[in-house]
Amino acid sequence: MRVNPVAKTVLQRLGLGLITLFVVSIIIFSAIAMLPGDFAKATLGQAATPETVAALQHEIGLDRPPIERYFSWIGKMAQGDFGSSFASRTGYRRTVAEIIAPRLYNTMFLAVMTALVAVPLALGLGILAALYRNSWFDRLVNTVTLTTISFPEFFVAYMLAFLIISRDTFAGTDLAQSLPVWLAASIDWTLNVVPKFPTLANISDQTPFWEHVWRAALPSITLTLVIVAHMMRMTRAAIINMLSSPYIDMARLKGMTPMVVVLRHALPNAWAPIVTVVAFNLAYLIVGVVVVEVVFVYPGVGQLMVDAVKSRDVPVVQACALVFAATYILLNLIADIISIATNPRLLHPR
Amino acid sequence: MKSSSATAREKGTDLLKVRDLHVEGFSDERWHPIVRGVDLSLKRGEVLGLIGESGAGKSTIGLAAMGYAKPGCRITQGSVLFDGVDLLSMSEARRRRLRGSRIAYVAQSAAAWFNPAHRLLDQTVETAVAHGIASRDKANRDAIDLYRRLQLPEPETIGFRYPHQVSGGQLQRAMTAMAMACRPDLIVFDEPTTALDVTTQVEVLASIRRIVEDFNTAAIYVTHDLAVVAQMADRIMVLRHGQTVEEADTRQMLTTPTQEYTRTLWAVRKLAKPEIRTQDHLLAIDNVTAAYAGRVKVLVDVSIKVPRGRTVAVVGESGSGKSTLARVVTGLLPAMSGSMSFDGKPLALSLKGRSKDLLRRIQMVYQSPDSALNPRQTVEEIISRPLEFYLGLKGQQRDERVGELMHMIEMDESFLDRLPGELSGGQKQRICIARALAANPELIICDEVTSALDQIVQEEILKLLMRLQHELGISYIFITHDIATVRAIADEVVVMHKGQVVEQGLKTEILTPPHAAYTELLLSSVPQMDPDWLTGLLARRNPIFK
Repeated sequence: MRVNPVAKTVLQRLGLGLITLFVVSIIIFSAIAMLPGDFAKATLGQAATPETVAALQHEIGLDRPPIERYFSWIGKMAQGDFGSSFASRTGYRRTVAEIIAPRLYNTMFLAVMTALVAVPLALGLGILAALYRNSWFDRLVNTVTLTTISFPEFFVAYMLAFLIISRDTFAGTDLAQSLPVWLAASIDWTLNVVPKFPTLANISDQTPFWEHVWRAALPSITLTLVIVAHMMRMTRAAIINMLSSPYIDMARLKGMTPMVVVLRHALPNAWAPIVTVVAFNLAYLIVGVVVVEVVFVYPGVGQLMVDAVKSRDVPVVQACALVFAATYILLNLIADIISIATNPRLLHPR
Repeated sequence: MKSSSATAREKGTDLLKVRDLHVEGFSDERWHPIVRGVDLSLKRGEVLGLIGESGAGKSTIGLAAMGYAKPGCRITQGSVLFDGVDLLSMSEARRRRLRGSRIAYVAQSAAAWFNPAHRLLDQTVETAVAHGIASRDKANRDAIDLYRRLQLPEPETIGFRYPHQVSGGQLQRAMTAMAMACRPDLIVFDEPTTALDVTTQVEVLASIRRIVEDFNTAAIYVTHDLAVVAQMADRIMVLRHGQTVEEADTRQMLTTPTQEYTRTLWAVRKLAKPEIRTQDHLLAIDNVTAAYAGRVKVLVDVSIKVPRGRTVAVVGESGSGKSTLARVVTGLLPAMSGSMSFDGKPLALSLKGRSKDLLRRIQMVYQSPDSALNPRQTVEEIISRPLEFYLGLKGQQRDERVGELMHMIEMDESFLDRLPGELSGGQKQRICIARALAANPELIICDEVTSALDQIVQEEILKLLMRLQHELGISYIFITHDIATVRAIADEVVVMHKGQVVEQGLKTEILTPPHAAYTELLLSSVPQMDPDWLTGLLARRNPIFK
C-alpha cells in the first residue's frame, strides 16, 4: 500500500513523540523520587513523631515501592486521570486536573497573547532587516533586539514596572528637580503617554476577558522583548542565506523588485529554519515563564509547579512536568509538519 | 505582447552595443579585473557566440549585457547601449522594467536557477504578469503554447509541476520558455546545455534554435564548447582573460582562425591513441547486479573485463550506472549478486572483506577535485597520507617519494606547502592523481576526471595519464560521457545504458559502424565542428524538426 509520504512522516514523528513522552515520564518520576524529604515530612514539619509521618505516608501511598507507584501513576495518566493532590483529605478530594486547569489556562492565555504580537513582529522585522540589510534600519533593529535579549528577563520586567511607576513619581524625584524645567516636563509628558499598565497581574477565574488582557499586558510585553530577538535574527539570517541562491539572481534578472524577491522567492524556501526557532520560543512561553510570573504575581502554571515542588506535592509536579514535555514535543511536531508542508520536494515527490 | 514595432524587428539594426566594458570581482580582500575592455555589438535577430575557457569572463559579459553584475562583482567602466539607451546609467527601476520583458536570461543549470518553491507555470508567467504585459490568463495560455513549441511533453499540464519533478533537459527548455514569455528582443544563453547529456543536448539545442528563429530574437550564446557554438551562432567571439582574442562569422572562424590561441582551442579535440589488444586481464566483473538500498537496480548483469596495463572507457549518459560501477568495483557499494576477480583471485564484493594490500591496489580519482581534496590539508599532507597508511613510509623515505610523485605529475616541489584552494582546477586534479599513484596501484578508476576542466587542461591531464600508464603499466577504468576523451585514451570501450552493457569491445570496433542502436544514438549526438551538423542530423533523425 502506498502511504502519502507526508502522512507517513507525521505518523512517525507522532509515534516518536509518544515514546519520548514515555521516557520523559520515567525521568521525571525518578528525579522527583530522588528529591530529599517527602510530602509527609514537608507538611508535618520537624516536630512530627515518626508514627504520624508513617501514618500520613501510608495514607497517600508513599510507603509503596517506587516501581509500583510509577506504574500506577503512568497507568492512570494514560487513561487521562491525573490523580489527586497529596493535599487531598478524606471528604476533601482535590484532583490534580482541577488544580492545574485554571493555571494552565492562564499560562496559555499569556502565551497566546504574547505569540500573537511577538511572532508577526519578529517575522516582519526579520524580513525588513533582510530586505534593507546593512542599512541603519537593520543595525537599529539588531541592536535593540540584542539589547533586550541580553538582559535577564526579571530585569526587563522590573524596568518596565519601574517605568510605569515613574509616570506618577517622576515629577517628585531628585533627578527631575535637578533637570531644567522644560526637560523634566517633557520627560514627564512622555512617561504619561505610556498607558498605565497594572504592575501586578493578579487575576482570578472571574476576571473578564479584556480585563485579563489588560492586566497581563506587562508580562506579555516583557516576554515579547525576550523572544523577539531570536526569531527575528533567524528570519533575517534564513532569508539572507537564501539570497545567494542562483534562483534569486534569476528573479532579479526577471526584473522583480527587491520586495518581491524577498517575499516570493527567498521566504518560501526559508520557512524550515524559521518555524523551528518559532516553535522553540513558543515552547519557552509555556514552560519557561516562571520568573516573569513571579515578578508580576501572575497565577500561571510555572508558579504552581514551583510551589508544588516546595511542598513535595508530587502528583502536581509530575503532571506539570509532563504537560511541559508534551508542549515541547507537540510544538516541535507542528514545526516539522510546517517544514514539510513548505517543501515541495517532500510534499510533491517525483 | 511586444512593444516594439514590426519594422524594428527586422534584422539589420543594432540592438546592443557594448563599448569598453570593464568588470571587477571581489575576492581575497581586493578587486580583480574579470573583463578588461570588451566591445561587442549585436543586430536584431542575430546570434553571437561567446567562447573561451573558464575565467575568460564570458558569463560576466553575458550578464553585463543585461546591465547586471552578480553580487561580489561590479561594472567599473564602459557602456551597454540597448536599443540606443545606456543600461548602466539608467535608474534601477527602469532597468527592472527591461529585464525579463525585453532582455531575458537562460542559465546553465536550470535545476539551481528555478525556484524550488514554485510551480514552473507560475515562474514562466511571473514577469509578464508583474510587468503588466499580459493578464494571468493570457500569459498562462501563451506559456502552454511556448511549452508546445519547445517540444515539452504534456505542454498543457507540465507547468503545474515543480522543478524537481521534471528532467534536466525539460527544465532547460522550460527556462527557455520562461525567457521567451515576454518575447524579448535579446536573450542571453549562459551554457544552457553544458550540464546535459549529449543525447538530451541535441533536443534542447534544436528547440532553442528553432524558437529563436521563429521569433527573430537576438541572442548571446555563451559556451566553452566549440562544436555547440558552431551550430547556434551567426558570429563567434573568442575571449581570454577578459579580453577579445578575435571575432568573425562562424564559418570563417571555424575554417580560418587568425589567432594562435584560437587555433590551440580548435586543436584540442584531435588527441587520439592507437589501441592495443591484450588477453591478459587484471579485473573481471561477472554478472554483477547492484542497487541502492531498497531501490530499483542500478546495474543489471554487468560483465566487464579490464585488460592489464590498458584503458577501458565506460561511456553512457547520466543515470546509466557508470559511477555506480566504480562504487561496486571499489567495494563502497557491495554488489547484490555476481562476482569479481582481481589478478586471478576472487575479489570480495564488500570493502570490509578486502585486505589493506588489496585496497592499495585499486585507487580512485574523482570528477571534482574540489570535493575530493581536504581543503585544510597541504599538498604534502595529502600525498603523504597514503604513503604512510599503505606503505608505512616515514621521514626521509616518505619525503623522497613525495618528491618523486610530484615529479611524475609534472609539478614543482614548491607546491607542497600550498592548500588545495590555492591551486588551479588542473593542478588540483594532478594532486588527486598523485595521491592515487602514491599507493602504487595496479588499477585506477577515473570517474569523469576531466569533465570539470577546460579543454586545454583536459588535454594535459589526458596526456599525463597516458604517460603514467606507459611508464608504470597501470590499468585504467575511465568513466566518461565524452566521446572525444574516449578517442584520446581508450583501448577498449564499454557502452552502458540504463544499468546494462550495450556493447563492449576494442575502441575501433565500437566507434566504427555498424553500431548497436543506442551506441549509434550516442555517437551521432556528439556535436561536430561542422556548422551544418545539427541541421543535417535533425533532418536525418526526424523530419518534424525541420
